[in-house]
Amino acid sequence: MARTEIRLGGLGGQGVIKSAVIIGEAASIHDGKEAVQTASYGPESRGSACKAEVIISDAPIDYPLVLTPHVMVALSNDAFHKYKEDLSKEAIVIIDSDLVKAGKIKAGVRLYQVPAATTAHQVLKNPLVTNVVMLGAFTAISKAVTPEAMRKAIANAFPKYKELNLRAFDEGMQLGHKAMEQSTTKK
Amino acid sequence: MQKAVLTGERFTQGDIAAAEGALAAGCRFFAGYPITPATEIAERMAYRLPRIGGRYIQMEDEIASCTAVVGASYAGVKSMTATSGPGVSLMNETIGLAVMTETPMVLVNVMRGGPSTGQPTEASQSDIMQAKWGSHGDYEIIALIPSSVQEMFDLTIQAFNLSERFRVPAFVLADEIIGHMRERLVIPPEDEIEIVNRKKPTVPPEEYLPFKAEEDLVPPMATFGEGYHFYATGLTHDERGYPVMDEEAQLALVPRLCDKIRKNADKITRAENTETEDAEILLVAYGGEARTALRAVKDARANGIKIGLFRPISVWPFPKEQLKEAAANAQHVVVAELNYGQLVGEVERVIRNEVPVHLIPRVCGTPHTPDELMKEIRRRIN
Repeated sequence: MARTEIRLGGLGGQGVIKSAVIIGEAASIHDGKEAVQTASYGPESRGSACKAEVIISDAPIDYPLVLTPHVMVALSNDAFHKYKEDLSKEAIVIIDSDLVKAGKIKAGVRLYQVPAATTAHQVLKNPLVTNVVMLGAFTAISKAVTPEAMRKAIANAFPKYKELNLRAFDEGMQLGHKAMEQSTTKK
Repeated sequence: MQKAVLTGERFTQGDIAAAEGALAAGCRFFAGYPITPATEIAERMAYRLPRIGGRYIQMEDEIASCTAVVGASYAGVKSMTATSGPGVSLMNETIGLAVMTETPMVLVNVMRGGPSTGQPTEASQSDIMQAKWGSHGDYEIIALIPSSVQEMFDLTIQAFNLSERFRVPAFVLADEIIGHMRERLVIPPEDEIEIVNRKKPTVPPEEYLPFKAEEDLVPPMATFGEGYHFYATGLTHDERGYPVMDEEAQLALVPRLCDKIRKNADKITRAENTETEDAEILLVAYGGEARTALRAVKDARANGIKIGLFRPISVWPFPKEQLKEAAANAQHVVVAELNYGQLVGEVERVIRNEVPVHLIPRVCGTPHTPDELMKEIRRRIN
């Protein structure tokens, strides 16, 4: 696809913007594509629903904002329901199944459920890496960025906690593959 | 010590790119007061300047910040501040002082919605006229408008170069979209970056006249403490810098302050054309809104509409000649800007009723989407 529009939604503080920046760096610096990242900006950046967006393209990106997301990653119920309305047909939706109840979704949308919070808590023993688990699942499912590029961007983003975050990413990749086996397309 | 020029590729914000551009241009002094959406520039300078041998001061307000920048520049250091419209309102008195004392300095204004405190977190381009006319009196100024993260870096360097070359304050007029979004920034090797420094006196100190211009209308500038005795004032002054209240002094000074920019406009103005050669509709847009316009032009061209985009990169001085050329075949000129109509007046002055000039204003805090913009263009030309 020439232009892939990605939206991440969650609560301020969950690392939503950080995740978007990591995706943007992976695409533009390590995969050699074009990328633009933007975010909702204001008082919502702490504690209530917030979103961050990334556009990835093979060609230079003109309009820098997301119009109809092809991929949505949701880390909170509020953010998912607030930001899901303008999804494109056949959009990929990846939710943290521990935190989000998908409910009714648009026909054609492919839903993937990933238990990221539980995995971060029980397997990685650190709930802070929930967003990086989701980044692993996002990479496996969307294929918008390569795992190698994401590993480099994650290592750059968390120099002091590189090992933990790379493990979180790998766990997320596995969860992503598992979710793809179980995924359902809403008819 | 860190390196001043961080050669390489990174994925970063427009505000950060402006700070890195300033450092690459040789800026070693920043005085400022935080304000959304320009705070990241101050944060970056506060982190970086002490680590490369520069100085960062957070002042008590914008008035003091701008005044400190004037002082630091007179001490021989390339200096800047960064703020948003409300901060520029406070700085305007000192911007006038900088114009009158011919002080090289750079101001980054990451524009947000006004009037007054307005919409702090939203995008706007409503300080275009403030940059030109904010301070009182007759004067000219330089203002460049970036449209990407890379241009935040490149144009900040150019703003420093032009400011040093012409001894005039130069604005980088960014908007919140460009200031806050992240894209790839490529910082070239240090020796590939063109740097312009202010002219220094070539005469011995006893012969130095600090406001005696050379042929290009710009006087060489000595640094305080180098042994050159001089005086600088906001009052009308003669070539020695001393206040003189007569007609001749004002006549010798004010036209020169304006003409050093007007008569050198060909060295300062810049603009970019996309598909303008056979354009029957010429769209004019700049900064963040130019990104929407570019997409609208591509989509419309795909549908066989002969439309092109003229993007002023310098708004002050306004690229008149470039606009005339781009509009050569136009039957309609359409100006899209994130304000209630500012640069459209300059466009009208150039087009002079030869063809209709239409305004598509937008004041709600976000840019048009490409489809919205195209719909507005159709409404006006049909």
